[in-house]
Amino acid sequence: MDFLSIFSAALGSAIGPIAAIYALAAIGLNMHFGYTGLLNFGQVGFMLVGAYGVAVSVLTFGLPIWAGFLASIACAIVLALLLGIPTLRLRADYLAICTIGVAEVVRLIYRAPVARDLTGGVYGRQGFADGFDDANPFTDGLDLGIVSFRASDLWVMVWAWGLVGLATLVMWLLMHSPWGRVIKGIREDEEAVRSLGKNVFLYKMQSLVLGGVFGALAGALIGLNQQTVTPDQFMPQVTFYLWAMLLLGGAGRTLGPIIGSMAMWFLLTLFDEILRGLDSIDMLPFFGGPEVGAMRHAIVGLVLVLLIIYRPQGIVGDRKEMLVNVK
Amino acid sequence: MSSDPTDAAAPDRPVPDRSAGIEPVPGVAKPDPILRADGIRRSFGGLTAVDVDHLEVQRGTITALIGPNGAGKSTLFNLLTGFDRVDSGQWTYEGRSLQGLAGHQVARRGMVRTFQLTKALTRMTVMDNMLLAAQGQVGEKMLGGLLRLWTTQEAANRKRAIELLERFKLDTKRDEMAGSLSGGQRKLLEMARALMVQPGMVMLDEPMAGVNPALVQSLLGHITALRDDGMTVLFVEHDMDVIMGISDWIVVLAEGKIIAEGCPDDIRSNTQVIDAYLGASHDDPAAATGEDR
Ligand SMILES: Nc1ncnc2c1ncn2[C@@H]1O[C@H](COP(=O)(O)OP(=O)(O)O)[C@@H](O)[C@H]1O
Ligand SMILES: [Mg+2]
Repeated sequence: MDFLSIFSAALGSAIGPIAAIYALAAIGLNMHFGYTGLLNFGQVGFMLVGAYGVAVSVLTFGLPIWAGFLASIACAIVLALLLGIPTLRLRADYLAICTIGVAEVVRLIYRAPVARDLTGGVYGRQGFADGFDDANPFTDGLDLGIVSFRASDLWVMVWAWGLVGLATLVMWLLMHSPWGRVIKGIREDEEAVRSLGKNVFLYKMQSLVLGGVFGALAGALIGLNQQTVTPDQFMPQVTFYLWAMLLLGGAGRTLGPIIGSMAMWFLLTLFDEILRGLDSIDMLPFFGGPEVGAMRHAIVGLVLVLLIIYRPQGIVGDRKEMLVNVK
Repeated sequence: MSSDPTDAAAPDRPVPDRSAGIEPVPGVAKPDPILRADGIRRSFGGLTAVDVDHLEVQRGTITALIGPNGAGKSTLFNLLTGFDRVDSGQWTYEGRSLQGLAGHQVARRGMVRTFQLTKALTRMTVMDNMLLAAQGQVGEKMLGGLLRLWTTQEAANRKRAIELLERFKLDTKRDEMAGSLSGGQRKLLEMARALMVQPGMVMLDEPMAGVNPALVQSLLGHITALRDDGMTVLFVEHDMDVIMGISDWIVVLAEGKIIAEGCPDDIRSNTQVIDAYLGASHDDPAAATGEDR
């Protein structure tokens, strides 16, 4: 086993394009759950409409990529309104049930035969990222010694980390403003906030839209990164990964989702590489081959369980905010 | 009768008695009502929780709403402030109808309520609790917050919040989490926060419940001070000594209906009230302090 190459792979995935994309979607979830207390279990739905926003705009309507991004944002806003108008006045658990259902319904609609002309049905869409690749200013990859990236990865990373930075700045400014104060008040007790003359529904709607837009941008980048979108990339487990990342990093903290995504991808790759290394020298007694991939998830799950027990606020969470809740 | 600030005043009652001369009968008209409600009805399943034919609250007074547990006091508060929906009925505040308005819209009109179970936002600082209550903040709009257009307004609000906190002796706690305050201090904070809205009328649901006796006196002082500042106070309370001591007017609710109204002396001698409420509470002290939902 080559420990340096294992570490290098893990590090590469922690700062690579996928980690950045998940961080962006997790920032959206942090807006929903971390700050506002909205139980959104359908963040993947926003990612899906975001990915197809670009793909369909470019392929079906021949629009430029930047217009595709605008379409992604518009789709996220529409989805947030559809989801929020009926449910945000209800108790928190109704939103949870609806989000998970709506995200699945959206996926099934996009893959349905009737939508094939627009979305490509189960086959999805390919070849919409050519314009994005053509604009890539990097001709060579980047070799930092311990990690290296291909030119195409670098181009996605620039955009993904750039958007993560922008989203983080927006979130920091908002959450340190009176707007953020209302949002945090709603997380704790919306009746109290309402009694002080704030339109709670409107704030929850704004939160849902903003977090959904971040999710859609992440989805658009997934499409550009993989050069293809299919509906079945957007299964419910993507949302649960995002939740795991957010809780790992620390919900309700500016850097929580970023650190969570990086740590999660680091751990996933680390355990994957270690298990594969052990497997290759026949050191794994009870399993091997295809089971290795499942095993790494079990180990990451174990790490998450330990984290919840010993550090429930996450890596950068605020213990004071977690614990002060005496009635 | 109403508001003549130059009226000669007894030293222990610096404000003219604005409810003097009103006849002590349920649903009686007041000379200058700030709140006027008609036919307010609300039932839960088969239970009629509130059934108030007519109620007026005189401007600038402390009006107590009393009644046994489950009489419908909190429900009436919820209905009037837009936190629950009436089955039927109309009501006006400052002459304008509040019917169908949501809770936040009622608060913006100037009628602000507190809750029986204190709703201090425990994971926010005392100062943030206060600042949250200020009205018309540009920074509470998404774009205004993002572009930091709010700093001067915030400074002014902070100044006002500190003045209020000083008045309620909470200024030393301003940077602490509200969750670290004692139960009584939270009641004080909730009241200070309601005042931060700059209301014309405050509705306090059991402001003294669970407050340690040493703090009760200062809470009472605050409530009378509110009236002396020209505010109208409607409050729910169980402790008879407290009620008789500070109220200008008392409304007695039983099984959702107003069974009596009057100044403290009228209520003390009203046999119906004694039967329905005072009798029980005098025989059984637990009933007077007993908690409900
Ligand atoms: N949400 C509700 N659902 C069902 N019954 C309720 C509800 N709220 C209040 N009630 C009932 O209405 C009656 C009045 O309650 P409440 O207004 O809380 O009384 P009070 O504040 O005078 O003690 C009680 O019998 C109570 O059980
Ligand atoms: Mg009550």
